Amino acid sequence: MNFWETFYRNKLALTGSVIVLLLFLVSLFAPWLAPYDPGQIDLKNVLLSPSLNHLFGTDPLGRDVLSRMIWGARISLKVGFVATGVAIIIGTLLGALAGYYGGWIDAVIMRFVDIMLCFPTFFLILAVIAFLEPSIWNIMIIIGLTGWMGVTRLVRADFISLRERDFIQAARVIGAGDLRIIFMHILPNAMASILVAATLGIAGAILTESALSFLGIGVQPPTPSWGNILTAGKDNIDIAWWLSLYPGLAILITVVGYNLLGEGIRDSLDPRLKK
Amino acid sequence: MLKYIFKRLLFMIPLLLGITVICFFVMRLAPGSPVDLETQMNPKSSVEMKERLKTLYELDKPIHQQYWSWLKKLSGGNLGISFASDHRPVTEKIMERIPITILLEFLSLVIIIAIAIPIGVLSAVHQNSLFDKITGIFVFIGFAIPTFWLALLLMIFFGIHLGWLPISGLRSLNYEYLTYWGQLVDLARHLVLPVFISAFGGLAGLSHYMRANMLEVIRQDYIMTARAKGLSERDVIYKHALRNALLPAITILGLSIPGLIGGSVIFETIFAIPGMGQLFYMAVMARDYPTVMGILLIGAILTLVGNLIADVSYAVADPRIRIS
Repeated sequence: MNFWETFYRNKLALTGSVIVLLLFLVSLFAPWLAPYDPGQIDLKNVLLSPSLNHLFGTDPLGRDVLSRMIWGARISLKVGFVATGVAIIIGTLLGALAGYYGGWIDAVIMRFVDIMLCFPTFFLILAVIAFLEPSIWNIMIIIGLTGWMGVTRLVRADFISLRERDFIQAARVIGAGDLRIIFMHILPNAMASILVAATLGIAGAILTESALSFLGIGVQPPTPSWGNILTAGKDNIDIAWWLSLYPGLAILITVVGYNLLGEGIRDSLDPRLKK
Repeated sequence: MLKYIFKRLLFMIPLLLGITVICFFVMRLAPGSPVDLETQMNPKSSVEMKERLKTLYELDKPIHQQYWSWLKKLSGGNLGISFASDHRPVTEKIMERIPITILLEFLSLVIIIAIAIPIGVLSAVHQNSLFDKITGIFVFIGFAIPTFWLALLLMIFFGIHLGWLPISGLRSLNYEYLTYWGQLVDLARHLVLPVFISAFGGLAGLSHYMRANMLEVIRQDYIMTARAKGLSERDVIYKHALRNALLPAITILGLSIPGLIGGSVIFETIFAIPGMGQLFYMAVMARDYPTVMGILLIGAILTLVGNLIADVSYAVADPRIRIS
């Protein structure tokens, strides 16, 4: 069975891709889908509970929660992709170098990974944010810079197992240089595990961003993000349950979507991995 | 065994140095220099004062000398003086809060072990049963749920809707007037939600690994041997298989320590618990750099120690590790 057939038969993976696709569409069409302007303050209608006018209620400034969540989908998508992109690029380069060259290069890179893994990731992110401004670009890059270690280990393992194979020896015999072998011959064979790590990484980055925004050190208001709507939920915990319920549900569903998709891709690319 | 522990301790030294190097570079990220910041915030600063600060932080020296003198201060347990209005030594501020965080972390680990291992083992032994499927869903959601959101929901439900549990702090207002047992019960009631929340992520992780380990062990030849010599199914599973499946779980527990410590920022902030995580959050918000750097360093060292304990217990449990 080829990749698409296996993938199509996997109902959970299909569910995951539908969720992810819907999120893309919501982000893309946010200006048309959102019933209200997400920044429209309406002090006569603060903290309204969900009704037909405001399906998910309003926040302490009278802004429509549903509209803010629709625009928040854009933020989480952006954070997920940029942060994971940074992590994947660093992780792949370091992993490729370590796995291909071995020796002292490998030793240095892997000790660096060990050291980075000693830091509780959330501590490291917060410490860096304390020194920089918590803008959305900073957040995305910091999440990426603190999340590449797993990818490095993965890519390194792939490179070690691939570099001695016959087809690599053959490439070397016809005179291919190191760079050509790394990028044209070995890397394409390691893409499968990188793709899976990236999909799962997006889920992790979205979770981290939402926690940071919830604590008030991530995406800054008035830019809407699921995390910072939840901050308002905590401040009004005894009177406005809808501010706490819906954004969290959106995060949960999004993360479930990416996780299902990632596991689906893994199972379809390599049926042997299936448990 | 002693030789193994000694070897592991020796391995820790380069890691420890690496940790200090990374902390030092994070510190260099400050816009301009620490001098700029203090002087910017203080309109009364003069050129002369700037110079004094500069010598205090030794900013006039080359970077390797700055690092070296910072390291010397660290080795004496000196993390500097907090920028906060109390002007207390950072070491002192952290030390008075660490016991609370470690207590919470320890209780979470106990809960994780006590719940996740039976779940993992039972769902492996009864693979594809209803129980296995339900716990499978629980594990999947456990991986995806934002714990701070779960905390909010539980606060709304148990704290506000039902009014069963307190949702903030560690003590009630009338704590002083309670009997000894009353105080203990009061503390326990305050700990229920935070400990559950901090354990939640680890619960999903460990039960997932336990199930996978157990499934692998059950397929091994020595389990077939145990069955072939006529042992009861109970002996096979709970004596032969369980012991072997438990070993890798020690490593997983060790690996979950940085996550637990990192998570302390979130749940200590949500539940207003005066631990190290809350101090870290307040320091970040107030840009109290010496405290931020101190906690970053302590967090990494705690992780290192946690991993050491995990490795040593693995070696105690499995003689093969000690020899190789």
